Amino acid sequence: MSTTFVGMPAFPDAARAATGNAQLRHNLRKATHTIRDKRAAVVDELDDWARLRAAGAAIKDRVLRHLDVYLERLEASVTAAGGTVHWAADAAEANRIVTDLVRATGHDEVVKVKSMATQEIGLNEALGEAGITAYETDLAELIVQLGDDTPSHILVPAIHRNRSEIREIFRTRMAEWGVPAPEGLTDDPRALAEAARVHLREKFLSTKVAISGANFAVADTGTLVVLESEGNGRMCLTLPDTLISVVGIEKVVPTWSDLEVFLQLLPRSSTGERMNPYTSTWTGVTPGDGPREFHLVLLDNGRSATLADTVGRQALRCIRCSACLNICPVYERAGGHAYGSVYPGPIGAILTPQLRGVTSELDASLPYASSLCGACYEVCPVAIDIPEVLVHLRERVVEGKGHRAEKAAMAAAGWVFGDDRRLALAQRAAGAARGLVPRHLPGPGAAWTDTRDIPDIPPESFRDWWRKRHTKEGEQ
Amino acid sequence: MRIALFITCVNDTLFPRTGRAVLRLLERLGHEVEFPQAQTCCGQMHYNTGYRRDAQKLAVRFVETFADYDAVLVPSGSCAGMVRDNYPRLGEPGSRLRREVERVAPKVLDLSELLVDVLGVTDVGAYFPHRVTYHPTCHGLRLLRLGDRPERLLRAVRGLELVELDGATECCGFGGTFAVKNAAVSAAMGSDKARHAADTGAEVLCAVDNSCLMHIGGTLSRQRTGVRVLHLAEILASTEEEPAL
Repeated sequence: MSTTFVGMPAFPDAARAATGNAQLRHNLRKATHTIRDKRAAVVDELDDWARLRAAGAAIKDRVLRHLDVYLERLEASVTAAGGTVHWAADAAEANRIVTDLVRATGHDEVVKVKSMATQEIGLNEALGEAGITAYETDLAELIVQLGDDTPSHILVPAIHRNRSEIREIFRTRMAEWGVPAPEGLTDDPRALAEAARVHLREKFLSTKVAISGANFAVADTGTLVVLESEGNGRMCLTLPDTLISVVGIEKVVPTWSDLEVFLQLLPRSSTGERMNPYTSTWTGVTPGDGPREFHLVLLDNGRSATLADTVGRQALRCIRCSACLNICPVYERAGGHAYGSVYPGPIGAILTPQLRGVTSELDASLPYASSLCGACYEVCPVAIDIPEVLVHLRERVVEGKGHRAEKAAMAAAGWVFGDDRRLALAQRAAGAARGLVPRHLPGPGAAWTDTRDIPDIPPESFRDWWRKRHTKEGEQ
Repeated sequence: MRIALFITCVNDTLFPRTGRAVLRLLERLGHEVEFPQAQTCCGQMHYNTGYRRDAQKLAVRFVETFADYDAVLVPSGSCAGMVRDNYPRLGEPGSRLRREVERVAPKVLDLSELLVDVLGVTDVGAYFPHRVTYHPTCHGLRLLRLGDRPERLLRAVRGLELVELDGATECCGFGGTFAVKNAAVSAAMGSDKARHAADTGAEVLCAVDNSCLMHIGGTLSRQRTGVRVLHLAEILASTEEEPAL
């Protein structure tokens, strides 16, 4: 399997393949329903959830409205605390900055905290080309990395794997990357976690450079914040000499007190916990304690363009909790890989086409990867109206080239619906042809009749029935 | 009170019996219903597929056609949701369309809202001696927020046994053009919904939206489950003299 998403087919094709994979559908159904139910339980127990959600959205919107101000404030605070701030307009620039920073340390290995931003820019691949090996230390990211795989979920990147597959990956691949899996490794979750712990411990103790992302960056104090469950992040953030954090520009919040809202919203929405096990915060460098050198790389990579779109910009509120993935009936059946991006599911369907544009066939297919059922909007902790943005992006796709048959069909339907007499004529034509409709339709209609029967077309429309009924009444 | 029926293009063309059931029911309850001839389609398909300008034209036609009524009954959750939730997005703030939408949209009601909230009735005097399960369609559930209104109406039907549908709040997979653009995922979702429906042992799956029912019913029929689908209006209109089944 490829470790990047380049050359992926459009969503419907990839999703069709996934729906045929019974093991994958079983894994996904079990995992998403478990997290979904946990989330519902810990959200329902808070009577002020709706207000927390509104507060989360409001804080993010305020930051986005004055993003320039908060980013410059963040830069000043981080610099004052002894860190160095770098600005990266796109993935290539961010990768170049990080590669140069690692090279300057003289080391050729880095440990990594789970980070969406570094996956978005393909940092591991860029470092690899420069002869630098990046070790993922999050358990699920480790599974993905050892398996030459791509993540399929934001929170649970190896959600598509079951424990016997994980055992096989550990058994066959760990030795290439460091400490091998123990003899006779079973698929018992505790045994698998222990094998990963032993494998990773060596990396934590020997690697001098760490790379992270951040869930939040506090403008007032220059503090960065990472929430995690395993403690691997805490190791990476404290043991190495040099720490480099790659953070999307939308991750800034004004003050520490704003964190109060998000530290409640995020764990309950993502892992379904009242509080996550590890919350690490760091502010610049502290002599004698933790990394001696700290670099913050602020990443744009399409975010400013997204911000310019008044409807689409709400996607930048996202705190990467994955609640929308776990509730989504489409994600559950298609799996994360079908979205062809590190951001799968409903949020990916609105984020990827904004960050990357809708020029590729895959990216143009993403806004349609939804039945618009609205479950994602309902669970989103920062109230991103995902269906609204999906429809907005469909408008953008339709404005582009292609879709000729669909445009003609929509124009024809618009013409028929533009006048009730035209509609009545069309209905009479359909009624007259009702006996001619085959059980299996040809062409695009086959997409319907492959799995579903079509309803009988009635001989008379409601409109004609009504007219007759009222003409009769008038005559009486 | 002047009640207008917006039948919707799908019901008008493919499910006229739902419209006839709505009339029979409301006339039985003593209400006259008007059918403005100029009506066509709410524009949901155009809007949801990205054809905003076509949807705008149909929105203009809708608000003109239904401007003078006290209530506009829409026997389709997604079409009622289109008018109430999405029409306001089609006109710029302060525009004529936006003002008209703000006046007309709040008067748009689903059948269960008209009966329970406006006419104040839950027992409509229906008779339907069958085991029924109710699927709350996404737009009825999340846009219109119908809550338990449809179930309250069903429970009051004489002879009807209402049984719970597993995974009820999950989308059936129809989603308009989604059903053909992402046919594989749509079919997988529909298949799960059909299995849940069959597992209830119900004879009939009921909902407030015939487009979802066309998808679920088409799947149930292809899989020869024996479960039939019926719009809520048809069950509520059913009597001993004129049974729906």
